[in-house]
Amino acid sequence: MLGDSFTALCGGALALNLLLVVGILALLAWNGGRYFWQRDLTELTMKDGSKILGEVWETEKRPTEGPRAGVDRLRLKTGNRDLAGLDFAWIDRRDIASISTPPKALLLERLEYGNFYGSIREIHVGGQVAARGAEASWRAFGPLHEKKRVEQRGVEKLEKGEIGEINAAIEALRLEKKKLDLAALPAAEKALRAAALDQDLAEREADYQKLADRLSAMRAALESDTVVLEAVDGATKEIPLSSVVHAIRPNAMSGLAKSGLYVQRIWSFITDDPRESNTEGGIFPSIFGTVMMVFLMSFAVVPLGVLAALYLREYAKQGPLVRMVRIAVNNLAGVPSIVFGVFGLGFFVYLIGGSIDRIFYPESLPAPTFGTGGILWAALTLALLTVPVVIVAAEEGLAAVPRIVREGSLALGATKFETLWRVVLPAAAPGILTGMILAMARAAGEVAPLMIVGMVKLAPALPVDGHAPFVHFERKFMHLGFHIYDVGFQSPNIEATTPLVFATALLLIIVVTIMNLSAIALRNHLRKKYAGSAV
Amino acid sequence: MIGTLAPEVDSRRERMPDLAHSPTEVAGIVPLPSVPDRDHALRPQIDDPILEIDRLSLWYGEKKALKEISLQIPPKKITAFIGPSGCGKSTLLRCVNRLNDLVDSVRTEGDIRFEGESIYDPNLDINRLRKRIGMVFQKSNPFPKSIYENVAYGARIQGIKKKADLDEIVERSLLRAALWEEVKDRLDESALGMSGGQQQRLCIARAIAVEPEVILLDEPCSALDPIATARIEELMQDLKDQYTQVIVTHNMQQASRVSDYTAFLYLGELIEYGDTGRLFINPMKKQTEDYITGRFG
Repeated sequence: MLGDSFTALCGGALALNLLLVVGILALLAWNGGRYFWQRDLTELTMKDGSKILGEVWETEKRPTEGPRAGVDRLRLKTGNRDLAGLDFAWIDRRDIASISTPPKALLLERLEYGNFYGSIREIHVGGQVAARGAEASWRAFGPLHEKKRVEQRGVEKLEKGEIGEINAAIEALRLEKKKLDLAALPAAEKALRAAALDQDLAEREADYQKLADRLSAMRAALESDTVVLEAVDGATKEIPLSSVVHAIRPNAMSGLAKSGLYVQRIWSFITDDPRESNTEGGIFPSIFGTVMMVFLMSFAVVPLGVLAALYLREYAKQGPLVRMVRIAVNNLAGVPSIVFGVFGLGFFVYLIGGSIDRIFYPESLPAPTFGTGGILWAALTLALLTVPVVIVAAEEGLAAVPRIVREGSLALGATKFETLWRVVLPAAAPGILTGMILAMARAAGEVAPLMIVGMVKLAPALPVDGHAPFVHFERKFMHLGFHIYDVGFQSPNIEATTPLVFATALLLIIVVTIMNLSAIALRNHLRKKYAGSAV
Repeated sequence: MIGTLAPEVDSRRERMPDLAHSPTEVAGIVPLPSVPDRDHALRPQIDDPILEIDRLSLWYGEKKALKEISLQIPPKKITAFIGPSGCGKSTLLRCVNRLNDLVDSVRTEGDIRFEGESIYDPNLDINRLRKRIGMVFQKSNPFPKSIYENVAYGARIQGIKKKADLDEIVERSLLRAALWEEVKDRLDESALGMSGGQQQRLCIARAIAVEPEVILLDEPCSALDPIATARIEELMQDLKDQYTQVIVTHNMQQASRVSDYTAFLYLGELIEYGDTGRLFINPMKKQTEDYITGRFG
């Protein structure tokens, strides 16, 4: 009887755990997923005759005390931040005279100032009016916009490509010059080389000037074509056509078209760079930074942890000292992560990074190269944080290889090293990978220590790019965990970004899951290869 | 099988110990004054032994597990160590390839000579010794690798890398271990998927692959069914032409079936050692008789 109750209790505890996990995932998926769905645009005509156009995000009873307590109110995303200053408005239902969803209501997604809701009044091309009136402008907008987007991409390509390269080259020459100043060379030779560098620099700068002129011409061309937007209250705003990302009429869209838009928005959320201090655009740099940092960490932590475990388990004489080391290692796993962050800052960034700068990059000082937070230092800090997990798992994996199998190898004339390398380690590999999986999961979710060793709100460039040496370990990076905090709690437009918290959190979970699943697939492959090994 | 051996017993008895003669003298080594004559009587005269165990004592910490054991093992014969559990027979076997070195608390005294050279010589390369003295364990212990890699393991350790050479070694060893026909089509499968008997024969093939001179078998059939046991015993007879085999077994029928010489150990002491036929038909010591007739053990 008691046994039955206990079984039920255990089952109940498991069910509760599952429910919590499923609940969290469902909450994230619902709130995050809803954000990308295009709602209809609702036009409210107020009792005082004014009009408001926007998307209804929620309805609730007014919570405050007073005469209006308990009145239904709507939260409307009204956009038009450049006109109204705010993205959202609360509207009491009893102030509304009528509600409609005009099929021609227009939504413009813009590079700056967020969404615009309203209509297009005019289109100007090269200063001349090319189209007038909502319908004519809408028809003219499509093809023109397509053209402008192509031009816009051309500008971006020029900025990131050729101009980026020339800038890098100029920076390299400038450093070269500084290096020459520091070098111990005869004055005559110094002067000779400096002259050569100066000439080179002058040429590059001339090239740069040419490109910069081309760029400003292109920019001017881009901005010469504008649209005049009109909000429902009659206010107008003229913006360059090129700053429009999308223009849609949501109320006229079919379910299928909306679904397509939904998928497209999720895709650009995953693949785009952020805009408007992370409140809009995508989060690709954060995904990239998280994954790359976790990979770097794995590369550091697995050899470190496995070698330590090998020594502890296979070489060290088991005794009180080894037991103490083991306890210390386990305790290390319980140290608050921010402590590791502080240690990483002091040891990796200032001590090692500072020394690297003094020895290898004296010409860029006082600007630090490695002497400041960067993705490598972040990865190493997290490697220290997670190494106990790997040591414990690897030790368990090693211990699970039966003694008789080791003796079998030794009895064939293999040395201890050969036995470890050829028999014990392969058999323990699944256990070691389990440790790596746990370490990766821990590292991907860690935020606090990273805030002081290289993670930033907005990184100007990815740690991997087309400029030699292609992988830039010293660069700062963005991270999904920090992005959640930043977007949710540090954003200038919190109302707009709250759904992004859910979407980003869901994405972080998905990224961690994908990384773990790949590691688990690798482990299963190894298990199959060495079928029957214990761990 | 004892029956079939019986007619030979007499003739062997005639070869039986020339009791006064210490076996170590035969090998040209100083006689052992401390060993009482009584014990000499219980040892067969073995010409040209491949292994000589000389007053070997072994302690696990404080516990003395082997007590001044001296015996000689003839080449290309099967020698069995029998005795009840805990009598030290496996420990003695594991001394021969120095596997006991791995246990921290073990301390030994006395000597073992392999082809006249002490295995405890500090200049001796222990890995080379283990290549020459192979071992098959009580529980089959194939590596968690493919069948092929298991057999090729020893060769790879010795630095053989050429695929053709390895193929040849694997095939020859598996043929010799009478396993080739059963596994030739699944060499790349995990060895852990084989039956217990097959795994044990794989372990024998693996031991043969490094071309040892001696094979130590530590209760190789204790986990096997009678049919698999019979196959291993058959295999041991096949291997006699090339290898010296020492088998530890607690199964007296097995000892009498397969071995040429048998040593009976009890509580760390060598009670009696002799020609298998003689020892089983006509034990000289009461304890031996009690054990082989099943009065204890």
